[in-house]
Amino acid sequence: MKILIAGGGKVGDTLARQLSAEGHDLTLIDCNASVLESIMDKYDVMAIQGNCAVKDVLIEAGVEDAELLIAVTATDELNLLCCMTAHGINKNLHTIARIRNPEYRKQFYDMRDTFALSMTVNPESQAAEEIDRLIQYPGFLKLDTFAKGRVEIVELKITSDSKLVGTKLNNMYSTVKSKILVCTVLRDGKVIMPDGSFEFRADDRIFVTASKNNLSGLLENLGIISRKVKRVLICGGGKLSYYLAGKLEKSGISVKIIEKNPVRCEELAQALESSTIVLGDVSNRTLLESEGISNYDAVISLTGMDEINIMTSLYAHISGVRHVITKMSRVDNSSFLDSLPIGSVVSPKELCCNNIVRYVRAMDNQTGAAIAVHFIADGMAEAVEFIADESVKNCGVPLKDLKLKPNILVSCITRGGKTEIPDGNSSFEVGDTVVVVTNSNNTVYKLNDIFE
Amino acid sequence: MNYRMMGRIISEILAFEAAFMIPPIFICMHEGAHRTMFWFLITTLATLAVAAVLFFFCRNAKKGFYAREGLVCVGLSWLIMSLVGCLPFYFSGEIPKFIDAFFETASGFTTTGSSILSDIEALSKGALYWRSFTHWVGGMGVLVFLLAVAPREKKNGGFTMHLLRAESPGPIVGKLVPRIKQSAMILYILYVVLTVLNIIFLKLDPKMPLFDAVCTAFGTAGTGGFSVRNIGLAYYSPYVQNVCTVFMFLFGVNFSCYYFLLMRNFKGFFKNTELRVYFGWAVTCTLMVFINIRGLYDTWSEALRHAAFQVSSIMTTTGFASTDFDKWPSFSKIILLLLMFVGACAGSTGGGIKVQRVVLLIKDLRRNIHQILHPNEVRIVQMDGQRVNERILKNTGMYLIAYVLIILISTFLVSVDGFTVTTNISAVSACMNNIGPGFEQVGPTLNFSGYSAFSKLVLIGDMLAGRLEIFPILVLFSRSTWKKSL
Repeated sequence: MKILIAGGGKVGDTLARQLSAEGHDLTLIDCNASVLESIMDKYDVMAIQGNCAVKDVLIEAGVEDAELLIAVTATDELNLLCCMTAHGINKNLHTIARIRNPEYRKQFYDMRDTFALSMTVNPESQAAEEIDRLIQYPGFLKLDTFAKGRVEIVELKITSDSKLVGTKLNNMYSTVKSKILVCTVLRDGKVIMPDGSFEFRADDRIFVTASKNNLSGLLENLGIISRKVKRVLICGGGKLSYYLAGKLEKSGISVKIIEKNPVRCEELAQALESSTIVLGDVSNRTLLESEGISNYDAVISLTGMDEINIMTSLYAHISGVRHVITKMSRVDNSSFLDSLPIGSVVSPKELCCNNIVRYVRAMDNQTGAAIAVHFIADGMAEAVEFIADESVKNCGVPLKDLKLKPNILVSCITRGGKTEIPDGNSSFEVGDTVVVVTNSNNTVYKLNDIFE
Repeated sequence: MNYRMMGRIISEILAFEAAFMIPPIFICMHEGAHRTMFWFLITTLATLAVAAVLFFFCRNAKKGFYAREGLVCVGLSWLIMSLVGCLPFYFSGEIPKFIDAFFETASGFTTTGSSILSDIEALSKGALYWRSFTHWVGGMGVLVFLLAVAPREKKNGGFTMHLLRAESPGPIVGKLVPRIKQSAMILYILYVVLTVLNIIFLKLDPKMPLFDAVCTAFGTAGTGGFSVRNIGLAYYSPYVQNVCTVFMFLFGVNFSCYYFLLMRNFKGFFKNTELRVYFGWAVTCTLMVFINIRGLYDTWSEALRHAAFQVSSIMTTTGFASTDFDKWPSFSKIILLLLMFVGACAGSTGGGIKVQRVVLLIKDLRRNIHQILHPNEVRIVQMDGQRVNERILKNTGMYLIAYVLIILISTFLVSVDGFTVTTNISAVSACMNNIGPGFEQVGPTLNFSGYSAFSKLVLIGDMLAGRLEIFPILVLFSRSTWKKSL
């Protein structure tokens, strides 16, 4: 598929990597030549220098026969103008724009046709949703849903006092007592596809599929379920904090936001009804202490600086806060951050990319193509969702009799609204939703790709 | 340095070279040159075996292929290609001395066309075919060919831009379409189509044997200059020479211009600065040479034909000769010498400094003069309505410096052989610019066999440096290339 990407920032870069690896023809537009050069060196894409909202530039980039335009420049207005101009040239073009300003949010759904947008992505609001879910299920590092929300892939960190340390995978079920499947394990920055003799160690990050009903059981049996979160401290008062505070307020959690810009504080105080807004600098330790950081159930660091977020989270951890969530803008750092006790890492940019890639895959959905993809284990593994149709081979054959490629795991089968975590006797039928986990050395475009 | 990945690429190149050596085997079989056939066969099999072993050892190549790997890989593969390609010549005894065989093959792959053979027609047809075919492969580049046909898995993707950039001529190397594989494919399809057209037009002359037509077309397409006749293109009819004039000119045009034409982007084609300058200079020089030499030939039309042929041949760095231009007055010879340096368009199969670079240098120079007079004036250099990046301008200047230095040093090195100044300078510039013949002792009717083995090595280096635009060869000799950490 021919895709244009306007803007070569972090999202544009990640999209270029992902989409060109999936075999799409990409053209990237940016006005900064050095950005384009570095992207051209890294990925097999074409680069056009210029303003992406200018007709001539768009035509030079080949908008006339492109199928999709993804506008992810730094400004909302430019993204919008870019999509409208491009759609004016090519009526069949799908357009995705990144719109971050919450003020615009409402009108977009109502005026989608006027703005010629197929989809808008809002990284901050997506991240707020993700953090909200994490707060609802404290104990998980990350949560992704599949099969219309019936299945979840959760990320857990095995702490040194966990019951699982030293347990073999074969014996795990006697401990957890619920039907779950360990898909991948991230140990020392490497992805492992575990087999029965795999032994858990402290500091492993494990990725588990389970149906939604089994999740709380899992937490309980592992002894990591804790009190429900009631008091949350948010450091930094950006857009993400605004979205998140709104959501948390709705579920009756008391929220305090610390922000250093007085004007922004007043805006937040006006927009959020019950939250407490505090003017101050979160890098100031005395301030955090005087606000009673150790009394909170959760501390969420959402300032614009990754470094300050890490510092704040570390301090929160030392102060004895049970749940710490850290926002990171640079995703490529997250693997070495594992060694730091900064809790769950949430990256709005990564979420935004996943969302766009999902849209592209859906657009590209020929028979049997994936309908959803989640990147897990820092992008080193992916969970791919398929619907088995007539073209799929080996329907009805028990999994233990199938020859699958190495490092591929069928992690979940959903049939008629019922979710099954498969074992050797399970099989899939036409119409089932199948979730497959694979490490990134394999590319699974179709369900048939998993067979030898 | 990712040695394994480089090893893999080189093994693939060797496999392709082995495949390219198969046609000469059949040609030799057909004409009964059994000894040559035998050695082509042996070389093919041996090359395949080496490629297979190399591939086996490098099969688990890691990711990570950067500019340094790209440059070294291109430099090494051209060196290895030339060394392997000369083996049949040497072992079969067609060219008795190894250094001569190496010189001839390097001259072929780099599309230079300088020869050490006094009696070309004495070679078997299979060897002559191989000699001309090296031009064809070298013209568009064997790595571009590799990019066009070889499948690339996902995990190795992304390194190929460095290869394309290192092998393709010109200051700015871009892609025609988003995918590098398709870009390379388009280039090769255009190249094949133009070559086939060339063969057809040559064959329209009833006296032209098919073998000669094919070999001449290979020499023209790669802007190489090997002919299968002792007296070169003078052997053939005026019609054949005119066809060659036109096709040499066409192969000296930036191939992306043809892509513009195909895409019906006529504005991009006709407004292309480089193309206009290239065309303008060719016409002007032809006229000047024609006026200068019109008295030497019986008719004006013959003089015009030779003038156009020689200008086209030298400017595109082909190096065919329709007449002994060494006997021309010095005004015409100086024009040809200047054209040698200018060369063809960027992104064509020709060599030289490239018209695009010359235009950029002149524009930059003009800007500098302005800035000396008006120190506060802000000016930018534009080309085709687009701003030219300052780094490209700087690189272009650096390229010229490296280029001049190499020519000076090489001239100094080959001068120990005791030839005249004109011979030495023209020999070095003919090799460096991938032209072929020079003046006096290395003129169109003579050859390079008089030089010593050492000088030939120097000239081989010049040819490779000229074809690959200096840096891939220079980095091979740089210590920091081979250091573990930069």
